[in-house]
Amino acid sequence: MTETRNHLRFILNNEDIVLDSLPATRTLLDFLRLDKRLVGSKEGCAEGDCGACTVLVGRLSGDELVYESVNACICFVGSLDATHVVTVEHLSAANGPLHPVQQAMVDHHGSQCGFCTPGIVMSLYGLWMTDADPTTGAIETALQGNLCRCTGYTPIIKAGKAISAYGAVAADPLVMERQSIKARLLALRDGKRVELGEGRDRLIVPASADDLAEVYAASPTGTLVSGATDVGLWVTKFMRDIGPMIFIGEVPQLHRIEETDGALKLGAGVTYTEATGAIVKRFPQLEELWMRIGGAQVRNMGTIGANIANGSPIGDTPPPLMALGASITLRKGDVRREVKLEDFFIAYGKQDRQPGEFVESVTIPSLPEGEQFACYKISKRKDEDISSLCGAFRLRLEGGAVASVTIAFGGMAATPKRAKAVEAALLGKAWTVGTVEAALPAFAEDYQPLTDMRASAEYRLLAAQNLLRRFFLETTGAGERLTREVA
Amino acid sequence: MNKQSPITASPLHVSIPHDSASKQVAGRAEYVDDLVEPEGTLHAYLGLATRAHAEIASMNLDAVRSAPGVIGVLTAVDIPAENDVSTVHKHDEPVFASTHVVTWGQPLFAVISANREAARRAAKLVKIEYRDLPHVTDVDAAIAAGGKLVTEPLKLERGDVDAGLAASPRRVKGRVRIGGQEHFYLESQAALAVPGEDDEVTIHASTQHPTEIQVMVAQVLGIPHAAVTVNMRRMGGGFGGKETQGNLFAVVAAVAAKKFNKAVKIRPDRDDDFQITGKRHDFAVDYDVGYDDSGKIQAVTATYAARAGYSADLSGPVTDRALFHADNAYWYPAVRVNSLPLFTNTVSNTAFRGFGGPQGIIAAERWIEDIAYALGKDPLEIRKANFYGTDTDNVTPYHQVVEDNVIHRVIDDLEKSSDYQARRAAILAFNQTSRVLKKGIAMVPVKFGISFTATWHNQAGALVHVYRDGSIHLSHGGTEMGQGLHIKVMQVVADAFGVPVDRVQITASNTGKVPNTSATAASSGTDLNGMAALDAANQIKARMAAHAAFIYEVEPKDVQWEFGGIRAGQQFVPFDELATSCWMNRVQLSAAGFYKTPKIHWDRASGRGHPFYYFAYGAAASEVTIDTLTGEYQIDRSDVLEDVGRSLNPAIDIGQVEGGFIQGVGWLTTEELWWDDKGQLRTHAPSTYKIPLASDVPRIFNVRLADWSINKEPAIGRSKAVGEPPLVLGYSVVEALSMAVASVADYRIAPQLDMPATPERVLMAVERMRKEVVKT
Repeated sequence: MTETRNHLRFILNNEDIVLDSLPATRTLLDFLRLDKRLVGSKEGCAEGDCGACTVLVGRLSGDELVYESVNACICFVGSLDATHVVTVEHLSAANGPLHPVQQAMVDHHGSQCGFCTPGIVMSLYGLWMTDADPTTGAIETALQGNLCRCTGYTPIIKAGKAISAYGAVAADPLVMERQSIKARLLALRDGKRVELGEGRDRLIVPASADDLAEVYAASPTGTLVSGATDVGLWVTKFMRDIGPMIFIGEVPQLHRIEETDGALKLGAGVTYTEATGAIVKRFPQLEELWMRIGGAQVRNMGTIGANIANGSPIGDTPPPLMALGASITLRKGDVRREVKLEDFFIAYGKQDRQPGEFVESVTIPSLPEGEQFACYKISKRKDEDISSLCGAFRLRLEGGAVASVTIAFGGMAATPKRAKAVEAALLGKAWTVGTVEAALPAFAEDYQPLTDMRASAEYRLLAAQNLLRRFFLETTGAGERLTREVA
Repeated sequence: MNKQSPITASPLHVSIPHDSASKQVAGRAEYVDDLVEPEGTLHAYLGLATRAHAEIASMNLDAVRSAPGVIGVLTAVDIPAENDVSTVHKHDEPVFASTHVVTWGQPLFAVISANREAARRAAKLVKIEYRDLPHVTDVDAAIAAGGKLVTEPLKLERGDVDAGLAASPRRVKGRVRIGGQEHFYLESQAALAVPGEDDEVTIHASTQHPTEIQVMVAQVLGIPHAAVTVNMRRMGGGFGGKETQGNLFAVVAAVAAKKFNKAVKIRPDRDDDFQITGKRHDFAVDYDVGYDDSGKIQAVTATYAARAGYSADLSGPVTDRALFHADNAYWYPAVRVNSLPLFTNTVSNTAFRGFGGPQGIIAAERWIEDIAYALGKDPLEIRKANFYGTDTDNVTPYHQVVEDNVIHRVIDDLEKSSDYQARRAAILAFNQTSRVLKKGIAMVPVKFGISFTATWHNQAGALVHVYRDGSIHLSHGGTEMGQGLHIKVMQVVADAFGVPVDRVQITASNTGKVPNTSATAASSGTDLNGMAALDAANQIKARMAAHAAFIYEVEPKDVQWEFGGIRAGQQFVPFDELATSCWMNRVQLSAAGFYKTPKIHWDRASGRGHPFYYFAYGAAASEVTIDTLTGEYQIDRSDVLEDVGRSLNPAIDIGQVEGGFIQGVGWLTTEELWWDDKGQLRTHAPSTYKIPLASDVPRIFNVRLADWSINKEPAIGRSKAVGEPPLVLGYSVVEALSMAVASVADYRIAPQLDMPATPERVLMAVERMRKEVVKT
């Protein structure tokens, strides 16, 4: 039986925060602005897409204290136990000198209307602490989740490159105080379950995966919240009452990454950012997609397990994971079962998950020697956009003929879905232009996509077909892709 | 607090950071929602219609009223005087609709609660029965439904168009569609109303037009303008979206504040802001252009149909400005253009950076492009063949003579600095061998008319105080939305008094200090308010100089202003000492300045006049690569050259050019407004409406000011306006995309890409080209 504590504890800038009551749906941004009157962080969209509310959240990851940018607008306070929240107000005192990030922004004219500016400062700050001399590309990646409507970004990128001219990372207060903050956070980690409130305002932070299994089995109507990059919007946009809320983002066992020769196993709570290294090492073909999932803040918050469990037809990870033959482990109480990912998605909004059952891990088999694999995401805007469509292709050739082929798409149907008719049209045939062209009409058998604000049905179908053409060109040495090199 | 280092020379024409930059980077710059709320502040939230066009059969607010925390509900019957916020006084914009809904998201009521969340939740509890009526959401549907207009259209005509067309050896007819654009100011609309004694009310609003807010609040409450004070320190972006669109919010807060005698704040969620407020007008321009074998245009006729939305708002002047820019930089021997500001069941479209001008210019660039493809030439050649002359061929469709034409020099300069010709040749070669990726390059010019076309708006006021310690207090009628207006006017005043910029304290725009202001719009903020502030400074300076002459017993002509003070004969008096001396000797150290733009006049009925004080010019060359399998693309390089006359602050001006260009690129590429068949806008948040990100900026981006330029007119510091013209140059990207698409059919066919040129539109254009290739 896990011990329970009835208050939530974290550090906000320099202040120890202890909360023994809290609306379960309280967002960090509202907590900052309304409860603490720290109004430097702004609300631009309340859906994690503009970055005006960006703060840093420091968490213990193993022995490391890692600070990552987070959208405060969709981050629930309940998810912050034993963390260090750093807001723009922490960077410089009211009448003191500006922080190097801030002074660089002033001197390079990186602020016009100023409303996005605190968020941009925080994103640049987070980057600079880990990379004192960032490239333009690194800055663009750090700013994928920050919209600026005034400057056209050019002066902000210049400022981002110049920060170290205004001060050394080693002299930064957060870097200098790292040991003491670590010690304070370690002290907050007491291995207890946190439980606050009653009824819909009940908020539970399980202490471990076993504790989660127990909590969820007992409260199967509760809402599991990991990164909140989607659930956050249920609250901020749809004002849904989703309590009791069970915050699983800090459950240590769900953050495990296990690498074996045969497979990569990711705990359901592994964030995109945490998984980046392992994913890119094993599947370099996924690097481009991976770095286009949300913005940096969303990748820091969002988890692969939730991207799957959520069941969205336009989630970015299911198509490639389905093509790779991934499976998931579902757990209810002490009972676990394995489900092939492609079988998990039943219909729109319906997955093969029982009440009280949760996704515990995802297992991605290694790509067998000699197999070819590619994944392509198409969206209206390159970065931080939801896919119009996303296609993944896996191919094994034997003697120039298609020995096996797996194709999966998101954005083409009510769920992420295999293109079985196309696969059948290719299987056993010589891998030639003729075979590919002959298989294209089969896309219309597999998919009857929708027309919506992201793309028309006609475009989706045509682009999906063209992605097969692209895959053919790339597997035959004639690929051409847009590169994103920066001068 | 200003942290500028001491300056020992004139602060005009130098790069100085934005006056609020230090506060903004520290999160200490206050926006309306950041202000300390008066005790007991209430919060308002709007209840919105969920039909595009319907009669309201019944509206049951019982559940709203009884929801937790609700203090009260306002509907049309609670409006004390006029239930209307129409900026042009056409009575077509009710604060709250009561019987008839004409757009999805139209406000029907407001909930007043102790906190915002309670009000927002309660607003959802309304029960409304609608009787649906047919709706029209776009230009085609509006025309098909009879073409009802929201305001009077305009015609401009010069020369014999029909004869010109008939005599032209070649003709091009076509239609270009240009999408609308959401402002996406990062700070949504917001207002805080604080009730005062008697009729009085003070409004803190995020607005480009404090006087407009004042007038509307007075109109709706039925009180004199003098009872309303509007205070505005800064906006988190405006771009035209806070010229009139803040009226509704301020008025609702004011009505609630007076009714409940408490401060009331209102701030819509981003999705609601999108669904309530107007945007840039979409246009469909039908054109018929006659030209000769060399590509010289003989005659032009075109109709500019615009999605105006459900009310007039500023659609009249916006569509007028489209016609004023139907020529861009080109001489038309004969021209006739008409506007069609069409009623649609959509948000009421409004001002947006460029104010219709960009759409007019883009249509002109489109027929230039068509002519070039028809003749097998580089569009740049056709542009050069048609530019206005300097002494001849220089009369606009509205009969104003272009007296300051520098477009030839701008283009020559940029053509060289961007290495345009060599790069174009390289791209043509690349496209011959590249199978999937194709490249394009295009150079486009802009000539933009500067002044409000409603002549009476071209006036401004300022209030300047010099205090006994020599510090200077500055208020003017303009508003700061990030564009750097305040720092420029501070520079003007500091330069006038010969003091460092940090001696000048800028204050919030306030209708109690400077009355009857114009909107900060039409790129005119610095031109107007800089001159008004200079007038105020000059009045005070004259008194100070006269005092110096008197007290140091020298002739007035022997008194000279120098940086840091005044020289009276042999004596140098520091500015602060002089200020103290003036006060001791009862010299008035305060003045209200005023300015009205000279030379301008405009007669709309005859379509003749001199509506613009001067023109600002610019050009851009962009290079792109497209993926012909998916329609995805990237901007490889853009070179921009902008004529801002003699820049008051080059860093601020470069910021306007870079930011305006990227905003224009966003408008014309990825920013797509999409309505469903029920008439609901479905792109209403950043998750679905995609403005540019850092990674969308051209991989190489060279932006320069034309340092050789000087305004021929005596505008402030001989500078030129900069806010709007660079936005148009984003079109260079579209035409470059078009060239890349055209390469698929060996440049034989003009692709006629509509905008926004999303990856989908690019791919579909590529498909059209492929089909043409198959045909031939």
